Amino acid sequence: MASVLEVTSDRHDVAASPMVPRPFVIKKFRRETEDTFTVELEPREGRSRFSFLPGQFNMVYVYGVGEVPISISGDPSGPTLVHTTRAVGNVTKAMAKLRRGDFVGIRGPFGTSWPVADARGKDVVIVAGGIGLPPLRPSLYEVLAHRDQYGKVVLLYGTRTPSDILFKEELEQWRARFDLEVFITVDRATAGWKGNVGVVTTLIPKAGFDSRNTVGMIVGPEVMMRYVALEFLKRGVPPESIYLSMERNMKCGIGLCGHCQFGPVFICKDGPVFRYPQIKDLMVRWEV
Amino acid sequence: METLERILGQHPFFKDLSPENMKLVTGCAANVRFEPDQYVFHEGDEANQFYLIREGRIALQLFAPDRGHMTLETLGEGDVLGWSWLIPPYYYVFDAKVLELTRAIALDGKCLRRKCEDDHHLGFELLKRFSSILENRLATTRLQLLDLYGVRS
Repeated sequence: MASVLEVTSDRHDVAASPMVPRPFVIKKFRRETEDTFTVELEPREGRSRFSFLPGQFNMVYVYGVGEVPISISGDPSGPTLVHTTRAVGNVTKAMAKLRRGDFVGIRGPFGTSWPVADARGKDVVIVAGGIGLPPLRPSLYEVLAHRDQYGKVVLLYGTRTPSDILFKEELEQWRARFDLEVFITVDRATAGWKGNVGVVTTLIPKAGFDSRNTVGMIVGPEVMMRYVALEFLKRGVPPESIYLSMERNMKCGIGLCGHCQFGPVFICKDGPVFRYPQIKDLMVRWEV
Repeated sequence: METLERILGQHPFFKDLSPENMKLVTGCAANVRFEPDQYVFHEGDEANQFYLIREGRIALQLFAPDRGHMTLETLGEGDVLGWSWLIPPYYYVFDAKVLELTRAIALDGKCLRRKCEDDHHLGFELLKRFSSILENRLATTRLQLLDLYGVRS
């Protein structure tokens, strides 16, 4: 009898079902901070590149433990599927113990994406808080790959402390570019930190974008996203040009099970990326 | 050459201030420059000035014997440094340390307080602008205190 992990040719069609995980092998495992890590994955059969749109997520199955939704953090045109997450629950803690050569199951990609194509000809302001940078990174890759088609591009990134900053080397490379402005701030400075201190909203006035012709993309804790959106609005960015990515308890990934229902929408199917006007009232409602 | 009045008019803090009020404010203003590691003021100093930062970066710090200098917030281009000149008994409550070469406009608090007492329209105009900064700093400080990025237990 074939093992559960073996996908025979007869079972390829089954594996294409959104409810059946496909086996992926870990090609690289990298610790980003004390509690966050990145895995680079390839399909076990190595057939084709995993295609997705910036902002989409996968359901990642750690065999024998469980399944969690994790946004895709890699380059859409890159050779591997990349996920970055924080080890916080049973599944992600088990995932943090996996290493090169281990397998995970992948279902996806699911959900809506960042308006990278619609933002052409406009300024792009990307605002990330904490572990919110990974879901935004694919959109930045995409924008930088077609840099001449956009106006000013700004990344504003806030974390709790300097040791929580993700993708440090890459941030340095981005900072060195003349066609991208990167501002980083921390809520709490530690000894030796020479950068900005203060919440990420304080960076918005420094970004210097053309507010009437800007697309804002935000990911972070909901409270942070609300205040960033308000700061954008205060500066004249049209509400429909503000996008944010929501997180809920996604299970099926296709809007069937109802676990991630958020008022009239399902985060997994109608989101995770929403235009601000779609969900602004829901974000401040106690029960939805 | 750029006049002080013109420079003040370009700073977001004085955006749309009437020409009459701008003249009054300019009479209390001077260009200043601070080198890295210099302190603009220390906690407990008499607060006779505030600063409109044109370029550079300044850290607001608090010293604790067991923890050294703790940076609470950094300010940069377009920000306003210091509001203690407006509130009795007019003493600074934090240290302000220069992180990068900073150019700013210093406004003489004593001079402005006198002018605000003489001209309440100017006084109210400045108070409105400072209230907005205070409200914003209070909101951002509250967000900072929420420790939003921490893992919920």
